[in-house]
Amino acid sequence: MASSGIELLLVSLPQLATGAGQTLAISALGILFATLGGVLYGVLATLGKRWLNILLQVYLELFRAIPVLVWLYLVFFGLPIFFGLSIPSFWCAVLVLGLWGASEVGEVVRGALQSLPRGQREAGLSIGLGGWQLYGYVLLPQALKRMTPPTINLYTRIIKTSSLAVLIGVVEVIKAGQQIIERTYESVLIYGALFLFFFLVCYPLSAASRVLERRWAHA
Amino acid sequence: MSFDTAFMLSTLPAFFKAVGVTLQVGAIAIVTSLLVALLNATILVLRTPYLWRLVKGYVELARNTPLLIQLFFVYFALPSLGLKVSGFAAAIITLTFMGGAYLTEVLRAGVEAVPRAQLESGRSIGLSEGQLLRHVILPQASILSLPALFANFVFLLKETTVVSAVAVPEILYTTKNYIALYYKTYEMLAVLTLLCVLIFLPLSLLLRYLERRLQHGQFGH
Repeated sequence: MASSGIELLLVSLPQLATGAGQTLAISALGILFATLGGVLYGVLATLGKRWLNILLQVYLELFRAIPVLVWLYLVFFGLPIFFGLSIPSFWCAVLVLGLWGASEVGEVVRGALQSLPRGQREAGLSIGLGGWQLYGYVLLPQALKRMTPPTINLYTRIIKTSSLAVLIGVVEVIKAGQQIIERTYESVLIYGALFLFFFLVCYPLSAASRVLERRWAHA
Repeated sequence: MSFDTAFMLSTLPAFFKAVGVTLQVGAIAIVTSLLVALLNATILVLRTPYLWRLVKGYVELARNTPLLIQLFFVYFALPSLGLKVSGFAAAIITLTFMGGAYLTEVLRAGVEAVPRAQLESGRSIGLSEGQLLRHVILPQASILSLPALFANFVFLLKETTVVSAVAVPEILYTTKNYIALYYKTYEMLAVLTLLCVLIFLPLSLLLRYLERRLQHGQFGH
């Protein structure tokens, strides 16, 4: 039993690895867009423009009120009907993870920027820095220590949430596992392997986030 | 593209029931998670030998793996170990497994956030450990934990949509079912979106309000 289990895992490894590649690709792209969008959100939210803040608030609340899985279905079923746009389920997942992640990362960036002393912004403006210079050289570098730990934590949430892509038909690591189970009926072994895969990816990130948070607590 | 209002109205009773299932699953999961968390947080705070490490391991495992895999493990893998559960039971077990871990961390963090000086002052005026816990630590820790607790309750309620994957007839499953049966994708997505906004948006806004209010409730503000 034990040896046949290990044999089975070895035989199914290529298929699992292909699925894992898809999972990691969705996660990595989602994280990339979430980070870029999140920094943009954070900067826009601290410009002090009223109409912009209202717009961002609506965006944030829509992604907080409607669960990610519901967003996946809305985009997957909705885009073809409402916009006549049919995109592969892989990119549906990336789009939803990116937009949702950007709202979450954006709130972290906004919080970190707002926690900086007012004098930093005023001093920057008073020596004649423009908007890009102010954010690029003064505000964002200082906010970096405060926003990195929670952002890494959000990355683990994006990676975990990427698993929902299987429900709109992406052949990622869970689907690969299910296909192996259909052939072999080794559900405990395969789901155990899936547990291990996600744990090995997410745990180091969570641990890093915790260490950084403690180290930079007084930064 | 026409909007079939009559059809939407005809599905209302089913969606009414579905909202009931969502709220029921969410409410049960919140209560059971809280019970698991109270037990675990006590073990962590008291550093009960051996058990403490076990709880730590559980929290890390549950927090670093997706809910969907936990759910599929309970629903599809446990039967081959002789433990067959219904979709509903699998949903409760899994949400409790995940929610219990998140809430454990919240409660532990709440206790740790009570300033050390509070403990020292309590001891210096001669309070026993029991009195210290009851009159000094818990009142402050519970206030400190409240915003995060509420946030996790809302999070758990939203996560119930995931259990649609094991055929629990909550709002998302009901939507998918109608789409598959009648191809009324347009109408059903509208109903689903509306329901999410009606159920989760007020909770989300309430949460934001509580967070702001409770910031002023903390010691020293």
